[in-house]
Amino acid sequence: MLVLALAGCQPDSVRVHEPDAYPERLSAWGLVQLNGGELNLNTKTTVYQLNTGLFSDYALKLRTVYLPGGTQASYDPDNVFNLPVGSIISKTFLYAKDESERILTQASWRSDPADFNTKTHRLMETRLLVRQSHGWDALPYIWNGNDAYLSITGGLEQVPLASGGVLNYLIPSKNQCASCHATDHTSGALQPIGIRARHLNREVSLYGMNQLDYWQQTGLLHGFTPAQREAAPANAVWGEDNADLAHRARSYLDINCGHCHNERGAADTSGLLLDYADHPMGAMGYCKPPIAAGRGSGGFLYSIVPGQADQSILSFRMATTDPGMMMPELGRSLVHDEAVALVHAWIDQLSGECK
Amino acid sequence: MTKAIITLTCLTLAVGCGQPVDRPFEETFREALELAKPGDVIDIPTGTFSFQRSLVLNTDGVTIRGQGMDASVLSFANQVAGAEGLSVNASDFVIEDLAIEDTVGDALKVNEGRNITIRRVRTEWTNGPSVDNGAYGIYPVQTTNVLIEDNVAIAASDAGIYVGQSENIVVRGNRAEYNVAGIEVENSVSADVYNNVANNNTGGILVFNMPMIPKKGFATRVYDNEVHANNTGNFAAPGTAVSGVPAGSGILINSNDQVEVFNNSLADNNTANILVSSYFSANYAGQRELAAEFDPYPEQIMIYDNTFNGGGSAPGVDYLVQLRDAIYGPDGAFPDIIWDGIVNPEKPDHVDIICVREERAELLSLDTGNEFANPSVDMARHACPIQQLPPVVLSGR
Repeated sequence: MLVLALAGCQPDSVRVHEPDAYPERLSAWGLVQLNGGELNLNTKTTVYQLNTGLFSDYALKLRTVYLPGGTQASYDPDNVFNLPVGSIISKTFLYAKDESERILTQASWRSDPADFNTKTHRLMETRLLVRQSHGWDALPYIWNGNDAYLSITGGLEQVPLASGGVLNYLIPSKNQCASCHATDHTSGALQPIGIRARHLNREVSLYGMNQLDYWQQTGLLHGFTPAQREAAPANAVWGEDNADLAHRARSYLDINCGHCHNERGAADTSGLLLDYADHPMGAMGYCKPPIAAGRGSGGFLYSIVPGQADQSILSFRMATTDPGMMMPELGRSLVHDEAVALVHAWIDQLSGECK
Repeated sequence: MTKAIITLTCLTLAVGCGQPVDRPFEETFREALELAKPGDVIDIPTGTFSFQRSLVLNTDGVTIRGQGMDASVLSFANQVAGAEGLSVNASDFVIEDLAIEDTVGDALKVNEGRNITIRRVRTEWTNGPSVDNGAYGIYPVQTTNVLIEDNVAIAASDAGIYVGQSENIVVRGNRAEYNVAGIEVENSVSADVYNNVANNNTGGILVFNMPMIPKKGFATRVYDNEVHANNTGNFAAPGTAVSGVPAGSGILINSNDQVEVFNNSLADNNTANILVSSYFSANYAGQRELAAEFDPYPEQIMIYDNTFNGGGSAPGVDYLVQLRDAIYGPDGAFPDIIWDGIVNPEKPDHVDIICVREERAELLSLDTGNEFANPSVDMARHACPIQQLPPVVLSGR
């Protein structure tokens, strides 16, 4: 379906550049191109979706993965899939916009590039993760006109909101990419975050099937059989009301917090672990006092006070936009109201008492 | 549009742009941090440079060098993004001779790394003490072989200089004033804190252990420091650990073991010149459950040969005011050392909890564990032999 839609206007082949010669223009990678107001993806890339993604000021995201010809990712039920050298992951950030060029924070998006048009959407940035022999490199490209341009230092853009006011949209610098992608902060090595079974294991309407099955059928994935899917972990789609509340909340915290708040992450200093794993209750925030939160505590005593979201540091830090107090620390200048409501609902139905 | 694109690419790429003219230093500095190679020395000229976003360095072996802590100023008064001023995630790092001002969060955070040197750096919130100031001025955490010397830290809403979860640490020659905590060593092992001036904070020098973090701290020497008049009202955010520090605390040891306090000049700290407490009376807001593996009792605290003047006459929290009134009268003063008196019930006759060798100073046990039933001075109990820790040796320096 997708292939047909793109036929006739696909970019040339994907070109993987060496670290000492990263191109200034995104188009030089041959992955994502803007032609006549439409977004064209190379047919050798695969659009993918996550069960629950990182919140980035309501930006819509188009994620693609490219593997060099003849290579495959190796399936792992628990960890990030190992992708071969030459692989490229892209994430394009965009917004739907109104007639006055103001962006919409509530817009539907199926991750189908055919739905994109510059008349109705605004491109912000495309971030690449490139698998080199030494590991992953992160490259931020900022859209300007018909191409996006490498910006190692990132940027800050003021974007008018349809709902009124202006959004300070942060484009992370190269080093700030590591703030999330150095999920093992001790090693400092960058890693993809979403390329894990628990994030990818879902039905995708673009393909009309489970995404892991699709990857296996299209040859992207080895070491995986549909029979394994039954045992594969799956995060919840955070906004799916009929899914289990705790599962949705934990899934949201996993992708939005777990990249730092894990046992080897940058935020292990806090002792608060929010990745989707079995941790002691205290480490997951139950009645846990802050360590070095400073005024980020919001005046509250514990990360999570069971039954009392309005007394919990976790929900407080999600609901503030003060960069000295908010969580995550980067990439958010709006409150994700719907997710705050989810985490509130989850904490409010937890039982227990902090003694 | 074309012109705009060319400008953008030249701003953002070091290669292929010839020599761009008149680029603001803010941009070249950020780019130098982003593209740094081991061995780079990044110079900061004289001037005040303004940043809206955090600066980040992830490369080992880099030196950042200004022209002096009053000459080269990185100002974050207009910061809108990022939780730190400068965030460093690297080893073999040196930063010297510059100032970081008015960050929304921490001024300088170094998260994980070996061989860290921070010298002659000033971190300051220029409006003075305020709960809205960032938490930490100089903040190495999970670091090893750390030298923090000759810095100035002013008006942090938590600690001016905070060394957390680190090992092998020297903090010397610094001046920390008008912070909630002047200098704080927390959950760290082997720290020497000497020749510092920690005046006019809420608490001058703190040696703490907090629960629910993997690293347990012990072995800190605090000596040859000037710790005077730490009577600034506590302006920390409620709920933080230091929000429970009474104004008027000189040197405060909480839940930590093997702490040696000697040759300090302690004066006019109006709760007490030295406080020793267990986790249970740390005044942390709220009662908190303890992890089973956490040791809440301070033990092997050695206090000797310090100089004391004044202090103890205006305790910074109500229950201590009441206690002072009850024991010494409203015009009286606590002795130079106060201790909550809470000991590990499994070691009731343990004598090496606090050993004191002072000419005149007394230690008052508040008997906090029995609702202050029998506060008492019993110097014989603290006449145990002084045990000394070996000096910290920083490898490679």
